[in-house]
Amino acid sequence: MAKLPVSEEHIVSLFGPHKNYSPKEGYEGRDEPDELVKTHCCFCGMQCGIQLSVKENKVVGFEPWMEFPFNEGRLCPKGVQRYLQNNHPDRLLSPLKRVEGQGFVPTSWDDAMDKTVGEIKRIQEKYGNDAFSMLSGVSLTNEKSYLVGKFARVALKTKNLDYNGRLCMVSAGAGNKKAFGLDRGSNNYSDLEYAEVIIVAGANISETFPTLTHWIWKARDRGAKLIVIDPRVIPLARTADIHLDVRPGTDSALYGAMLKYLADHDMLDHDFIDNHTSGFQETLDAVKDNTLEWAEEVTGIKKEKIQQAAELWGKANTSFLLHARGIEHHSKGVDNVLGCINLVLATGRIGKPYCGYATITGQGNGQGGREHGHKCDQLPGNRDIENPEHRKYISEVWGIDEKDMPGKGLSAYEIIEAIHRGEIKGLLSICFNPLVSLPNSNYVREALEKLEFYVCIDFFLNETARHADIVLAGSLQEEEEGTTTSAEGRVIRIRQAVTPPGMARTDTSIILEIAKRLGVKDKFTYENSEAIFDELRVASKGGTADYYGITYQRIEDEMGVFWPCPTIGHPGTPRLWEDRKFKTPDGKAHFNPAPYKLPGEVTDEDYPVILTTGRVVSQYLSGTQTRRIGKLVDQFPEPLVEIHPNMAKQYGIKQRELIRVSTRRGEGIFPANIVETIREDTVFIPYHWPGKKSANQLTPGTLDPISKIPEFKVCACHLEPLKEIAPPSTESTAYASV
Amino acid sequence: MNYTSFNKNEEFFVDMQRCIGCKACEMACAECETNGQDSMIHVNYVDRASTVQTTVQVCMHCDDPVCANVCPADAISKDEFGIVHTANTERCIGCSNCVMACPFGVPKKEENYDLMMKCTMCYDRTSVGKKPMCATVCPSGALFYGTKDEIQEMRPNSTPVNTFIFGKETVNTKVNIMMPKGSTELIIY
Repeated sequence: MAKLPVSEEHIVSLFGPHKNYSPKEGYEGRDEPDELVKTHCCFCGMQCGIQLSVKENKVVGFEPWMEFPFNEGRLCPKGVQRYLQNNHPDRLLSPLKRVEGQGFVPTSWDDAMDKTVGEIKRIQEKYGNDAFSMLSGVSLTNEKSYLVGKFARVALKTKNLDYNGRLCMVSAGAGNKKAFGLDRGSNNYSDLEYAEVIIVAGANISETFPTLTHWIWKARDRGAKLIVIDPRVIPLARTADIHLDVRPGTDSALYGAMLKYLADHDMLDHDFIDNHTSGFQETLDAVKDNTLEWAEEVTGIKKEKIQQAAELWGKANTSFLLHARGIEHHSKGVDNVLGCINLVLATGRIGKPYCGYATITGQGNGQGGREHGHKCDQLPGNRDIENPEHRKYISEVWGIDEKDMPGKGLSAYEIIEAIHRGEIKGLLSICFNPLVSLPNSNYVREALEKLEFYVCIDFFLNETARHADIVLAGSLQEEEEGTTTSAEGRVIRIRQAVTPPGMARTDTSIILEIAKRLGVKDKFTYENSEAIFDELRVASKGGTADYYGITYQRIEDEMGVFWPCPTIGHPGTPRLWEDRKFKTPDGKAHFNPAPYKLPGEVTDEDYPVILTTGRVVSQYLSGTQTRRIGKLVDQFPEPLVEIHPNMAKQYGIKQRELIRVSTRRGEGIFPANIVETIREDTVFIPYHWPGKKSANQLTPGTLDPISKIPEFKVCACHLEPLKEIAPPSTESTAYASV
Repeated sequence: MNYTSFNKNEEFFVDMQRCIGCKACEMACAECETNGQDSMIHVNYVDRASTVQTTVQVCMHCDDPVCANVCPADAISKDEFGIVHTANTERCIGCSNCVMACPFGVPKKEENYDLMMKCTMCYDRTSVGKKPMCATVCPSGALFYGTKDEIQEMRPNSTPVNTFIFGKETVNTKVNIMMPKGSTELIIY
């Protein structure tokens, strides 16, 4: 029964989002804290070091942590304000149960656990184990990610576990595995420092990874040329040497043309290609028709600019290519990633100082979380759940019979589709707000309403959790010990600064309790987080993501350790591939043909405009946390649809006029922001907001066939100006839209 | 004030081309105990319709501060380290002379308190050897606090400038603006 028990407005009035502001004079004790806890920001993959000020078991403020080497005290607005998620009036303080007509009422842990375990058993007995699914997320620490993976397979005994990393960097992961046999950024960011050319493809660094901006400028101060590939003039593109304003959905055509140009002008590293790679010729054959003229036609980028970019890239001695969701959120996300990797391999600039390549992992623990657990096809150490040897090894670590290890399950969006089809009847979610973050949210809502039982672990009642039968009050990042792995591949320590408030419990203790009640207590007994990490180390041993040599003590002593780190004496690996021994079966780096294909949906007469979606600097993902922090909400109070003046003129659209944007899936009304900083054929809407303000009402559920990432970055839409000017942004309540 | 560990060699540098408009500086500034959640540094779009360029404005801490010179209540003072302090709350009469006189448009009259408020270069932090909060958190290096030698070593393509010419008036400041290499002054027409 996953329909709302009372009106959504009523739920919002009780559980928020409400905007939290610091008192004018600050929280009591802010200027005389009991303790400054050295930990990391709870938001993006940069995992900036920060000190949380703690007074009497409350987080009351922050102090920059100058010594942490990546950010040296630097923070973005989300980091500065992150402490306000603590002491928040919306915080869940006890388990809740859904009561029809009444809403969510507090209940005891015993009652909530009884109901949860009873329903899991009922559904699995009636429909089979796989009819109960789990969705997880990579804001969780490595310890929790590992635990969730083991819990789903050993306690829930379901194959249907996946995670919100499916909306993050899975296309990059799949591409990296194909090319290198391993999924990690090849370099740490200090390799940016002396790169002569930097390509940033589909990565709005200044808004989504602001503290990385500093490293890009470090290189520019030393003369580096910056090439930014993005349909919009994002803040980083404003000063770039070359801005390639690519038409959404055509990235691989650009990379194809650049590769052909490098080959035609012999700007190749033949020694590297001949001795350390395979697949070059067939990859080159696949782009033989990708002339500059063709690429201009397809991508909308002037051919002179493409040529300039190829020349810069081809002639450089050192370089760094970075990409992110802009090229990965496509039905051909893996192809786009491979197109980038082909450019790196063709010039042989990898595995050497200041020669780098990396996806910029989005979520806080997007890197570590995707290595050890909760991905539907994966076992710890980045092992393959369908590989007999991998299954055998992990079964031994977990003390189960290999025959009882479930196989590969459905990916996140496919789980929603299976719920919609009635094949999956139960769901346990943690750290995931699919109603805001998945595409085609009207469809997602229909699916949620079909669930027979839904239990959610979270610290706030997020939009999806409103559909739950039981809500288990879990913990914030700063309420448990653990580790994460930053986008650089650096394993770092997350500190418990405070204990969960009220009757809320740590996520770990909740999962262990359910496991115990499901009858597998013997496999889920740990003294503390470090004990879970120590088991993870063993489970990862021998896998590509080998953490065996990393200990809590080492992380502390060394300000983090880069995996792979197979033995205690191993120094860790800040830069991959220096030995030229790639992790592919033949030990070589693989070129992969990535010919241009059309996106899943193209414009036509009914839907003539390209829609792309993205983010703003003051919000993080689905906004469960950041739509509750007052100043972050006020900075961007509502999603605006960005429109080029020429398109605005064509439609007669005025600044801040309300525009109905519709696609084949749904519609939403957004104020227009008329700006020259976007392509003329494309409109942009940021996605962090819920309900009627959600951009994901519009986006398609088209998936990449390999990575299963949804195509958030391109679809076809229709614009209808409503002849009404929107009220001032300051009056907007989009943060709590229903 | 010799008991402080204020480092006289450290200066403040602003590099507009790096500003990404993220407002981390504003948010961090507002956290200061004396600011009551209001920011003393201001980030604004230049013209959002045509560009994402933002500007960041902080008190320039003039050598000869006009704000102090025009204050009828003698509420604004400059100390031995060159910091121009925000109006002394006991003396400030909220007349707004300083607001109108400042060539950089820095002081703001906070109507709620009927007081002028502006940046003191985080005196509580800089006087104990720390960097101002805004320059500490700035993720792009648009704001930097350190020595001239440090910045010149780090950013060989730019030159710090702290001479501003407004018509016939020349203003020298403690805060530097990073300009193209070789620049010596900024002339405002």
